[in-house]
Amino acid sequence: MKVTIAHESRETELAHAKADGEALWLERDDVERATGWQWKPEGLCRDDICMPLPRTAGRPMTEGNRLDVAAFWRHAGWPVVHDDASGLWVLGEGASRRADALGSLAAPDFELPDLEGRLHRLRDYRGRRVFLASWASW
Amino acid sequence: MWQSLQLETKDQNFTVLAVALDVPEAARPWIESASASYPCLIDRDHVVAELYNLVNVPQAVWIDETGTIVRPAETAGSNDGFRAMDRQTLVVPDDVLAERKRLKAAYFDAVRDWAMRGAESPHALDAEGVRARLRVPDAAVAQAHVRFRLGRLLARASRDAEATAQFAEATRLHPESWAMWRQTAAKNERGLASGPEFWKRVDALGNRPYYAPVEIDAASPPPKGGR
Repeated sequence: MKVTIAHESRETELAHAKADGEALWLERDDVERATGWQWKPEGLCRDDICMPLPRTAGRPMTEGNRLDVAAFWRHAGWPVVHDDASGLWVLGEGASRRADALGSLAAPDFELPDLEGRLHRLRDYRGRRVFLASWASW
Repeated sequence: MWQSLQLETKDQNFTVLAVALDVPEAARPWIESASASYPCLIDRDHVVAELYNLVNVPQAVWIDETGTIVRPAETAGSNDGFRAMDRQTLVVPDDVLAERKRLKAAYFDAVRDWAMRGAESPHALDAEGVRARLRVPDAAVAQAHVRFRLGRLLARASRDAEATAQFAEATRLHPESWAMWRQTAAKNERGLASGPEFWKRVDALGNRPYYAPVEIDAASPPPKGGR
């Protein structure tokens, strides 16, 4: 069954992912496509950070070329939710990583469309003062 | 809402970047009637709310030329005056309206001052000032955001009952977020989540604010060269 993974601005459909109860097995390349984290020998890496894969006594987190990203996420203390009937998974950002990012005062980057579907990134506006203002119709 | 500000500051190294925590269909008529000259982005999954810990609209974040936050998420020119509304006639007392107008003008003045003067503006906070005002998410808030996101995915897949359950859980985990609640609550014919359930939630706030008040230093020095 097709699996869709949402993580930050990404929404990735994967044909070769295997959801099994609380486990979500992804192939090596799909880990990076879906999450931005690279699966390397030293662990899962992104930017300057590598998080080692834990050696668990009970259920292993890896199986050949597959990684149970949901188990990794829970091990890291990051939120994971899923809906089995629809194959939808959300891999969230942990509160402490979010808090650290905000505490650094570096404005978190994002990419969003305008009404015409044109994508804008915050970093496109680097060099200007940006008044980032939220609003809604509701 | 911000077009006058954008026009007044068009020669400055400044832009408004509007983000609708909303679906495109609902945001479109507002954007089209505003004929804004600044970018109007659509954030149907409230990604920016998660990144910047926004809980309501309008809230704003000031980001300087280097990509550094110089004012963290805060209420952008609104106050709780609407709570003094007569719920039969929808009339807000004149003095409350006047105070709301004054407060909005003070906030606009502060944004304009920063747009013109950048780091010279006393309203641009130093790192210590930003951190003192910064509110960061806890584990429950992080959980709420994944629930909300899953709800949005389910809603787009027409799984309404399952989506509603996720939204309820998100709101339970993050009751401070009016953005999550109002986005997913029942709307009236004008598209507003302002029925009895809304007022019940507002009344339940008691002494707590709907729009957290913002300290804008009114006694800031005049711009160099006077005005």
